[in-house]
Amino acid sequence: MKIVTGNDLKTGAVTWWTGSDWSIHVDDAVDAGDQAETIAAREEAARNVNSPYVIEAVTDADGKVRPAHIKDRIRALGPTVRPDLTLKPADPTAGNWVI
Amino acid sequence: MYKYDQYDQAMVDARVAEFRDQVRRRVEGRITEDQFKPLRLQNGLYLQLHAYMLRVAVPYGTLSSAQMHALADIADKYDRGYGHFTTRQNIQYNWIKLEDTPDILADLAKVEMHAIQTSGNCIRNISSDHYAGATADELIDPRPYAELLRQWSSFHPEFLALPRKFKICVIASEADRAAMKLHDIGIRIVKNDSGEIGAAFYVGGGMGRTPMIAPCINPFVPLDQLVTYCEACLRVYNRYGRRDNKYKARIKILVHELGAAEYTRQVEEEFAHLLTQDIEPPLAELERISTYFASPAFETGLSDDIDRSDPDFALWVDTNTVPHKAPGYVSAVISLKPAGGIPGDASAEQMHLIADLTKQYSFDECRVTHTQNIVLPHVKKADLHALWTSLEAAGLGAANLDRIGDIIACPGLDYCSLANARSIPVAQKISERLSPRSAELGELKVKISGCINACGHHHAGHIGVLGVDKKGVENYQLLLGGSEADDTSLGKITGPGFDEAGIVDAVEKATEVYLAQRTDGERFLDTYRRIGINPFKEALYG
Repeated sequence: MKIVTGNDLKTGAVTWWTGSDWSIHVDDAVDAGDQAETIAAREEAARNVNSPYVIEAVTDADGKVRPAHIKDRIRALGPTVRPDLTLKPADPTAGNWVI
Repeated sequence: MYKYDQYDQAMVDARVAEFRDQVRRRVEGRITEDQFKPLRLQNGLYLQLHAYMLRVAVPYGTLSSAQMHALADIADKYDRGYGHFTTRQNIQYNWIKLEDTPDILADLAKVEMHAIQTSGNCIRNISSDHYAGATADELIDPRPYAELLRQWSSFHPEFLALPRKFKICVIASEADRAAMKLHDIGIRIVKNDSGEIGAAFYVGGGMGRTPMIAPCINPFVPLDQLVTYCEACLRVYNRYGRRDNKYKARIKILVHELGAAEYTRQVEEEFAHLLTQDIEPPLAELERISTYFASPAFETGLSDDIDRSDPDFALWVDTNTVPHKAPGYVSAVISLKPAGGIPGDASAEQMHLIADLTKQYSFDECRVTHTQNIVLPHVKKADLHALWTSLEAAGLGAANLDRIGDIIACPGLDYCSLANARSIPVAQKISERLSPRSAELGELKVKISGCINACGHHHAGHIGVLGVDKKGVENYQLLLGGSEADDTSLGKITGPGFDEAGIVDAVEKATEVYLAQRTDGERFLDTYRRIGINPFKEALYG
């Protein structure tokens, strides 16, 4: 699947295209298919996202979205060396997901 | 310490106002990201993996207590409670909001700091010896010359759009504690046979994709021609440096391709021309700057005795303090590398403490080192135990200067959008496993980069680690034999890379070869240079 990601213009936070808006949770990302590049361009022009780009991802056995490349998995979670600063601060093993 | 004059302050204040307007226009959509990106980068604002990252310049690594407090306040108020001290003697914040940036820059300006020229193809922060002004082995304090070059290079209209970024280092001792020969221009203040002080110029060093050790192109430039000679070096580079290929755009490539002799000939020709243009600042300006770097009023008649009855304290004294030019004083190194910690990170609370200790024990001055530690340059030996007690209580008392736990590591793939692999977890695992053997291993400098850009100085590590992307999986190459000291050398890759667990095992195996092969008094690097890489390869790959 193709998903669209970028950063929030004002906060810089990593965001994912949900089909109608942007979310900080990668699990909200939807398959943008052939429209991915068009969506990225349109949303950037509207300043809803900064520096968007399209990546490959898969849906895992639990139905969770998993970006294909480790860099985007780290973007989706947060720094593996600071679990307290990730999106899952209560789960000290969350970093294992990126590997 | 140098104090801004009205011109310095006016320039920085004007830049804050200018950037505030640029941010407003970006948020309002009046300029695009393509238009805004070079403007934010000129103010040190990157867009990294998780958020905007702001890099703040620390000129030649020197900070006052008030400045360190201000850096801590920024970490608290605008970031997530910590900062990261870098291998360029700067500090970075990883979680900055765009709209906060003008206020952060305004807060920095109040303590005579900024983020100008911490990015882009311009002359970056001038680095120096973190023991400058304190060590007995220096000819003179190199920082007035670094400050003169900072002023010359700030907003220099001719050098704001160089082929690539440009890094200058100034030292004044035979011992190199600043990786001087691995800079675009390395300057060593020297004395000639007539007893005159001048500058030796080393040009074309660097790490990154194509590491090179700078050759000396001129062993003695008179001090009253220092800026003019720098200008000549830059002019030749600006004219002939490659702009067609980013990977061949650094001055080291130009010097290498022209040959040092031909590059030097062209510099000397340009230098002769520039001497007719009268561009050198008057020596009075250098003398004005130098007054800010006068030695503090050291007490005399102090005892050199230290109560070593506490073994942990004694170990810290032996490991983390270095001799000082004034009797009864030392320079004390605050390690930002607790076992298993993140190299270079300091919490806001730790920074506030360091600021307080700076004021209380070190004449209101501390230094950021390129090895990601903090130095209190002027501490009375009689104050060391009190200082250490405060550091210990705050998790800053690790006794590991230049030991296996004192690892340089770039932010790597945990933070950096350029990285191919994570650096910090590897540093943490090496530190956790081998720090208990620190005393046995002695001086051993490990340096880790998460990509070929080499912010973690892996080429110059006694043991270097380079993270690469191998079909989407992190992989780590091992290098041996590098040094960024006065015996500068570049490490060699041992062979095929390792996964994350494997690279930690590999580093351990390398230390075992060293322990088995060393002779009395040999450091890891000495043993490696004596026996070569093959015994290590045999241990690593069978």
